[in-house]
Amino acid sequence: MKKILSIFIVPVFALFFSLNVKAESLTLGWAAWDPANALQELSKEFTAETGVDMNFEFVPWPNFADRMLNELNNQGSTFDLLIGDSQWIGAGAVYGHYVKLNDFFDANGISMDDFNPATVYAYSTWPKGSPNYYALPAMGDALAWAYRKDWFNRPELQSEFKSKHGYDLGVPKTWDELYDMCTFFQGREIDGVVRYGAAINTERGSEGITMGVTAAMYAWGMEYEDPNNPYSMDGYFNSDAAAEAVEFYRKMYEDCAPPGHSDAYMVANLDAYKSGQVAFQMNWYAFWPGVYKEDSDGRESGFFANPCQNVCAATLGGQGISVVSYSEKQDLALEYMKWFARPDIQQKWWDLGGYSCHMDVLGSPDFVDSAVYAQGFLDSMGIVKDFWQEPTFVELMLPMQERIHDYVVNGKGSAKEALDKIIEDWEEVFEADGKI
Amino acid sequence: MKSAVKKFKGLSDKAIAWIFITPTLILLLAINIYPLIYAIRMSFTNFYANKIGREPKFVGLKNYKKILGKEEIWEKMQITAHFVCWTLILQALIGLGLALLLNKKFKGNELLTTLIVLPMMLSPAVVGVFWTYLYNPQVGLFNYVINFFYDFGVFDMIGSSTLAPWSIVIVDTWMWTPFTMLICLAGLRSIPNYMYEAAEVDRASKWQQFIHITLPSVLPFLLLALLFRGIENFKMFDLVVELTSGGPGSATELASINLKREAFEKWKTGYSSAFAVILFVTIFGFGNVYVKVMNKIKDR
Repeated sequence: MKKILSIFIVPVFALFFSLNVKAESLTLGWAAWDPANALQELSKEFTAETGVDMNFEFVPWPNFADRMLNELNNQGSTFDLLIGDSQWIGAGAVYGHYVKLNDFFDANGISMDDFNPATVYAYSTWPKGSPNYYALPAMGDALAWAYRKDWFNRPELQSEFKSKHGYDLGVPKTWDELYDMCTFFQGREIDGVVRYGAAINTERGSEGITMGVTAAMYAWGMEYEDPNNPYSMDGYFNSDAAAEAVEFYRKMYEDCAPPGHSDAYMVANLDAYKSGQVAFQMNWYAFWPGVYKEDSDGRESGFFANPCQNVCAATLGGQGISVVSYSEKQDLALEYMKWFARPDIQQKWWDLGGYSCHMDVLGSPDFVDSAVYAQGFLDSMGIVKDFWQEPTFVELMLPMQERIHDYVVNGKGSAKEALDKIIEDWEEVFEADGKI
Repeated sequence: MKSAVKKFKGLSDKAIAWIFITPTLILLLAINIYPLIYAIRMSFTNFYANKIGREPKFVGLKNYKKILGKEEIWEKMQITAHFVCWTLILQALIGLGLALLLNKKFKGNELLTTLIVLPMMLSPAVVGVFWTYLYNPQVGLFNYVINFFYDFGVFDMIGSSTLAPWSIVIVDTWMWTPFTMLICLAGLRSIPNYMYEAAEVDRASKWQQFIHITLPSVLPFLLLALLFRGIENFKMFDLVVELTSGGPGSATELASINLKREAFEKWKTGYSSAFAVILFVTIFGFGNVYVKVMNKIKDR
């Protein structure tokens, strides 16, 4: 009888213990996109070194902010590590969602001087520019452009463009040139198919059109506020140059976008480009490795940084990695961060398709030649500007989305009116937040 | 045990009734009444759910004044009214028409009924997503069909501020007309045949039969269907969000979408509670008036 019992009981107990004695694990949250897959691949090395399992939750971009910010606001402990958008850093610090990392950096010899200064400023610090760090720069990014190099190289198109505009068809140096080239391709039949100019950001729901229009506004020299009088926006955000940039963006939408491109962001722009509809697409550097790899059937892609106009500037993307203060495994999460900050891991991160911000990687003599978009990335990271990073950034983003979409896509009112109304909305937010 | 049975046997009918309804009452209080009271309380504060540690302050009627005095809120209400009115009109007309058609006996009647009812069985989010493809000006079927009858050229239903409000009306009508149809069909099938036989003996024309027998009999059913649809469409969210995200600009931003943005994106909990209370009172008020009118029609 005893034998019979032991035959049944021993495996049951063994199974019970094997289920309960699990390896240590960490959960990391990020957006669902190509670099996230690269990070998952990279993290296998961390598991191999430490035995700590890595779990990932990647949320599609349209729901990313909603999902993650709800989690943080509810003080949820689902995530131990979070790669959050640059604009979240204010809320992360002020509301205590992120662990302050200064002591950890000091204790482990991690210096912010080893990372690109623009990324440290944008992804890690709060208040902005202060030596208070709440994230480690994880994924450098900026809004840039891809173009159909194979079409640009066609002699008949080159000569036609030159005779029409008086200069060579090539990488546009200014937004005016970009517009000339976009309109040149708009409605043009190439290889028996009608093509269009550019797939630009027009998305209404999250941040798309704001990220797109600010690429133009920054290039026209827009500032959010008076540098000597914080939160005083009149005459800066709604300056004549800023209004002109918004008008120009509407012109781009009307004259260059493919039909039906009225609510488009990352994926829609990629689709329009990959399906051969457009000559240009506006998108984040994060997507360029995938676009480059998928060049086929004669498609050859070129990449360039946001064109200049009155000044040279680009919209900042990218994220820092933070330890969530509600996590019960903060020590383990910090171990991951320590591992991720290592120069050799940062190099592997870049090799796998992630955009490292580490100076050892960016400053390496081989870096520029390591990818066709590497030079553009370096150029962009030197001129990036970001949206408000205030704790109330969502409240600031939403009215801008609505007002700009109403003008650019809907054609309602004027650019100046849209900017004036945004300032009114923002003043209300800052007043409620006690900033003005 | 015996004594327990005895005790139970000794309970009055009223007590037994209370025992049965108490769990439901508790659930109702916990899920409906308590949140409602909490929302009303919040509506008088400046509470932000995302600002941890910041105590909400009592602000009196400030939120209500702000909402009712805001031009944009009235714009959203107009957009909602346009959506609700047109969907109800179209669903009433088409639903009743289809019900009249399917009330006739013909071959394939049951198959046709099943096919017509299919759209309302789909998830609104799925419907929203696939209609964005149907509306696509380059590859969508909608443009193709319209241009087959008259050459309008390329037009963007979702990207145009003139067409977008109609795009959501069309999709909701496509999805929910079967519901109106089914309720009307139930009404039509409840009309006894002898009424039509008597009318024919009196030499009443088909039109007179429709006006004097069919319509009065089916009207209470139709009104009931429209009540359900009206309440649902006043709160419409998922279908429109998937289809247009409230755009272009704010051309299709219904009151419920605006409420969600204020409450769960801007986290203006106090303000959005006040807005929710206003919407609730509006629906409740309209619903009550409507039910009274409906009862009067039924009693006639």
